[in-house]
Amino acid sequence: MSKNFDSHKILPLQPPRLTISIISGTALAYEILLMRLFSIVQFHHFAYMVISLALLGFGASGTFLSIAREKLLANFQAVFLANIVLFGVAVPFCFLAAQTLQFNPEEILWTAAPFLKILLVFLLLALPFFFAASAVALALARFPQSISRIYAADLIGAGLGSIFIIVLLFLVFPDKALSLLASLILCGAGIAWWETGMKPLNRIFFFLVLATLPLAAPNNWTTPLISPYKGLAQQMLLSGSKILTERSSPLGWLTVLENKVVPFRYAPGLSLNATVIPPEQLGIFTDGDSLTVITKQLENQAGYGYLDQTTTALPYHLQKPEQILILGAGGGVDLLLAKYHQVPKIDAVELNHQLVDLVVENYGFFSGDLFKGPRVNLYTKEARGFVEKTATWYDLIQLSLLDSFSASSAGLYALSENYLYTVEAFQKYFHRLQTDGILSISRWLKLPPRDTFKLLATAVKALEKEGIPHPGQHLVLIRGWQTSTLLIKKSRITDQEIAALKRFCSERSFDVAYYPGMATSEANQFNVLREPFFYEGAQTIINDRHSDAFFDQYKFHIRPATDNTPYFFHFFKWQLLPEIIALRGQGGMALVESGYLVLVATLVQALTASLILILLPLLFLKRRLPEKETTAQGKWQIFVYFSAIGLAFLFLEIAFIQRFILFLSHPLYAVTVVLASFLIFAGFGSAFSKKIIKEGGKWSGITLPVAAMTILVIVYLLSLNTLFAQLFGLSDVLKIIVSILLIAPLAFFMGMPFPAALTRVGDSRPWLVPWAWGVNGCASVISAVLATMLAIQFGFTTVVLLALALYCVAAMTSLFMD
Amino acid sequence: MLSTLFSKYKRLPCLLLAVISICWASYSKAVEDYASARMAMVRLIAKEAKDIGLLTDMKSLDHKVLDVMAKVPRHEFVPVFSKSVAYENRPLPIGYGQTISQPYIVALMTDLLKADKDDIVLEVGTGSGYQAAVLAEIAAKVFTIEIIEPLGEKAKEKLKTLGYNNITVRIGDGYYGWQEKGPFDGIVVTAAASHIPPPLIQQLKKGGRMVIPVGTRFLVQHLLLVEKNEEGKVQTRQLLPVRFVPLTGKH
Repeated sequence: MSKNFDSHKILPLQPPRLTISIISGTALAYEILLMRLFSIVQFHHFAYMVISLALLGFGASGTFLSIAREKLLANFQAVFLANIVLFGVAVPFCFLAAQTLQFNPEEILWTAAPFLKILLVFLLLALPFFFAASAVALALARFPQSISRIYAADLIGAGLGSIFIIVLLFLVFPDKALSLLASLILCGAGIAWWETGMKPLNRIFFFLVLATLPLAAPNNWTTPLISPYKGLAQQMLLSGSKILTERSSPLGWLTVLENKVVPFRYAPGLSLNATVIPPEQLGIFTDGDSLTVITKQLENQAGYGYLDQTTTALPYHLQKPEQILILGAGGGVDLLLAKYHQVPKIDAVELNHQLVDLVVENYGFFSGDLFKGPRVNLYTKEARGFVEKTATWYDLIQLSLLDSFSASSAGLYALSENYLYTVEAFQKYFHRLQTDGILSISRWLKLPPRDTFKLLATAVKALEKEGIPHPGQHLVLIRGWQTSTLLIKKSRITDQEIAALKRFCSERSFDVAYYPGMATSEANQFNVLREPFFYEGAQTIINDRHSDAFFDQYKFHIRPATDNTPYFFHFFKWQLLPEIIALRGQGGMALVESGYLVLVATLVQALTASLILILLPLLFLKRRLPEKETTAQGKWQIFVYFSAIGLAFLFLEIAFIQRFILFLSHPLYAVTVVLASFLIFAGFGSAFSKKIIKEGGKWSGITLPVAAMTILVIVYLLSLNTLFAQLFGLSDVLKIIVSILLIAPLAFFMGMPFPAALTRVGDSRPWLVPWAWGVNGCASVISAVLATMLAIQFGFTTVVLLALALYCVAAMTSLFMD
Repeated sequence: MLSTLFSKYKRLPCLLLAVISICWASYSKAVEDYASARMAMVRLIAKEAKDIGLLTDMKSLDHKVLDVMAKVPRHEFVPVFSKSVAYENRPLPIGYGQTISQPYIVALMTDLLKADKDDIVLEVGTGSGYQAAVLAEIAAKVFTIEIIEPLGEKAKEKLKTLGYNNITVRIGDGYYGWQEKGPFDGIVVTAAASHIPPPLIQQLKKGGRMVIPVGTRFLVQHLLLVEKNEEGKVQTRQLLPVRFVPLTGKH
């Protein structure tokens, strides 16, 4: 075989599109599965970081291929096959190796020592993605004339893979899913053997036998090793701990734990004056952390008295509610409190159907069928969606405290979008309240105050938007040493209620932080702070017309969260950083939400690694390319173009996933439907792009879709909110269909710019195809991280507009590409 | 035969002697290093704690506490692989998902407890045993309870070796305190709990103090000081261990 650059063109082979689909599908499935596995083994935000970085394996494949392109293409079939087999082997083993490297991510705030472990974890996890991406990139480089079709197979496969893994995670535990995925990939290797025309054909059986190995291995070979710092691992160290049941779905891995020797006694925020000890409980851990409990049925109701000694009990002492709604039923603690106060009608909402199943069916006997009976209706729904759809009026709506204290205190949720704590959400709750109804929200108390102030600011904003002239007349805020409770009443707070409030607090040694007409001398009585921070802050946020200045001067971000910036748990301000670093010796790092720092660290690492991965092949190529190619000419355009579309694609995808979460009112369905639709329809777009180029000239593959996207996105930005409000009442199935129909045209055009330009690169400078693929891969990794960071700072609308701008930049760059 | 052995290996005694003296020299060097590292740590803690305004009447750490911190060998309480960083002012993992607290926090907590030489102190959550050792240098007796058995056994052994005869370690559930040994002048709760166990408040003497670090294993967010006055009424104070004002400028 000649070593000419285009020697591969003489081989009469068809691109192995089925294999490509399988590789892309399983790679995406693996990404989602890893997220699940690492959320169990480690903590969610850490999982987010390593997996984002591991995807740089895609970029690395481009680098590798650029450097060794000739040798690899000369042996295309063997190398292609080897990559798939290695991918299959790496899928389980890289995870198993990575999970043994245990440490607490918080340690990084003190010392750089765990950094080496993190680096190793990241490199290990990047391997499988590297092999998968190398196979795809190899095919792109080998069949430059079929780029649009290969890319279509890649996208459609990924779309199907995302659906496949979600369904699979409902059926089996994540560790089992890992073996299944490995098997599937090895089967894919068999298909590759056939599709690339390898002989003899009967060797396919070798791969099929290989594929059975992961399944035939001992049952627990892929069991996740849970971090010793997680709640469940800690509980398992205690004598008497026994796992009763385990369930798993994409929403989480649930473990029901019993301990008769060292009981759970879970009662956060319990008053120091309490004398009653919590009764026997069963603990339910989600992903090995965030505990919720099922409480044992007692003969004597007085045994539940401890619940009345928490700040959450406040609303029951101001009113006698007839009909209440509990958002986040969990193990039923709030329900028990309502029953203790003899509420006649209780509606409770819980998202996770498996949790509902456990508390209602499996352990119903333990709680005395707490969730059954004529007084209780339990709905398996997403809380906000339920509130928007219900026609019932409530005397009390209670937002439960379901996240764990440690996670909240470490700021692990700083990156998570949350649509329960936004101005718009509060307005929706408000609409379902009776004339004198109350919305009650309890949160963990942080010092200096963060959550509590943001909650208050969000409430004030919501009341203002509802046209309430004096929001301060409708609010009450109390605090214990561990929790705070905010009440938002539809009508004004009455004098009797204020009297009841004072009685409730003084009996339990809770502090009143705000009620209309409160005197300074009443603040800071029981849980004494150096200054009455909560009282003063509440006064400023509620009554001061200059609260804007207060938000600016406060060292934490406490401006109200909205649907456009739904980051209630994000409090970090950049100007705080130097001060925190100076206070390191005093443990000042506790003042930052580590979630956000993890995001920043991820971005910095992704940028550094990408830079290396992108520049490295240029050095090699320089020495070996034809004379005319030695200048940098042309590469800049390729770099800008593929970076821009890599960034823009994920910007749009991520921002639209967020828009649809609200409409589909279920995070899981929304992510699956939107992600799969985006990928599959982009795949169709890619396949179709060849036709457009053929008929409309070489520019049309880029400019036409960019123009179409711009129009579509602007129309969506202007009309989606109204449209969603109109269609919110539709059934779930119809909503999914509407979502797919809305995404389809946009995604269709989004699938075109990549293959259109890559085809042109393939025509003019085929040796740069892998490089362009690598640039695009790196940009995608950066994009996912950057999108979150931009959304936190500026909101999702800005992210969408930026994506459009990037597509326009790409379109303009393409004019200079030749 | 012995003489042949000696003549064959006549250099052996010299070699042994050399090895022993090198070992001894490095051991005393290490002890010296630990001592100087400990002193540096104490100076750092004293500096960090100055004017943090933990309590309004508190300008700096009590000398008694600093003296004790300069005495207790923290390196004896950390795992072998962490010995070299034993006197850095940070928490260190000790296995079983537990940590030995940041020395600065240990000093603050000890100071807040205001223990005296006649006091009886209860600790819930022995961990490495370091906090118990620090308290035992000040108080008359320290009773400490650890729920994780191997951790408790290790701490018991270590404290015994180091000669802390006024510390009693018990392995078990600390929720109910230690009724027979109470009431206590001071209680330290280092184990995470969803609330302060009512039995512990009951076992606190009138005029006694309880200190609880609130936060995660590696980061203490604030310290909770529970005081029982002479009438038996309980009041709490939430204290930030950092010199930090949440508001910039004036409002």
